Amino acid sequence: MIIGLSLVAISGLVLVAADHIDAPSVTGNAADITDVYAFQGQDTNNMVFAVNTQGLLSPGGTAAAEFSENMLIEVNIDNTGDNVEDLVIQAIRKGDKMYFFGPYAPAAKGLSSTIDVSKASGSVAISKYGAAANVSTENGMKFFAGPRDDPFFFDLGQFQKILGGTATGFNNPGTDTFAGTNVLAVVVEVPKSSLGNAATINVWSETKKKQ
Amino acid sequence: MKTIKIQNIAAVLLVAIATVSCNDDDNNNVDPITSVDFSGTFVQQDQMARPAINTVFIASGQPKDDFNGTIPSQMGATYQSIFKSRLLALNPAYTTNALTLTADQFTGVLATDILGVATTGKTTFFDGTNVLTGRALADDVIDTELLLIFGGPQGADNPQLTSDHVDANDKAFTVAFPYMGAAW
Repeated sequence: MIIGLSLVAISGLVLVAADHIDAPSVTGNAADITDVYAFQGQDTNNMVFAVNTQGLLSPGGTAAAEFSENMLIEVNIDNTGDNVEDLVIQAIRKGDKMYFFGPYAPAAKGLSSTIDVSKASGSVAISKYGAAANVSTENGMKFFAGPRDDPFFFDLGQFQKILGGTATGFNNPGTDTFAGTNVLAVVVEVPKSSLGNAATINVWSETKKKQ
Repeated sequence: MKTIKIQNIAAVLLVAIATVSCNDDDNNNVDPITSVDFSGTFVQQDQMARPAINTVFIASGQPKDDFNGTIPSQMGATYQSIFKSRLLALNPAYTTNALTLTADQFTGVLATDILGVATTGKTTFFDGTNVLTGRALADDVIDTELLLIFGGPQGADNPQLTSDHVDANDKAFTVAFPYMGAAW
């Protein structure tokens, strides 16, 4: 009994503590961002932004997971060094498609956003679980939305044991807590020329819910 | 008469549809924007840039929600001292790290959750040479963060804590867009 309870308690800790389901109000729903990536594209004139959501999806649970029509996924880009967005790239699902806007200078900055439909840059049919990735190219940009393997890797379970005082270090080899799990990914590739002239940009992602 | 009129209307509609399709057959879309509702105000629920920062430095429950609801330009003032306390709780012996940052400097950087990205050259969290010039899919970001938190000025302190020994993803990445591997 005690051992059983302990295991439940430990696994509960492990699941709750991911970054990846990191907070009560977003845990397990379309608002939860698991990771953001920003890297130079295969074509080095382009920059790629990837925002992953809804982490730790099991293979059996992935087909049923979907983007919300009321949840805006936003890449924020500061190219003046003040940590305030000068440009945004926005993505939102409507029906079976993901629609993209920008990069453009938003009228509203900060906690609230609106969508300027005149800044539409393209759309892509959301890829289905188990099917090949559906990619679209419009206006010199590339778009993808749909389930992917979670690219994140971390022995989160052992890290939690260290924090909890039941271990003093990592194991070698470690165990990837995110092995065999999926996320819902949004990937957009844009010309670097659309991001301004700064040598370094600051990037972050946000999910924003329709009020 | 009614029947004829309807047929005429139908014929006109067919022609119109065919015309629109011809004009736009590059991407097969009949102007998707005008027929879809994108109205409304959208309010922040989650925010993220650097990996696992919220996980490591913010307490569970409401504090994590509060951090997720904060914009980066306001994070530093609110969170630097919280991050510093957390850093010194994790590693009481912290002096500086491999980036020569003191606890105040390091947590000052971390508390504003943004990802610096170089617009020319290699984009990586850390590859042994380039530091914080982006985040690529294969980057072992956790080892980098562990090293900066626990590794001390030479990266040699607390060797049991500076790598989780999970060095790569469980699925290969693709050279071409969308770069991430297919779902399991």
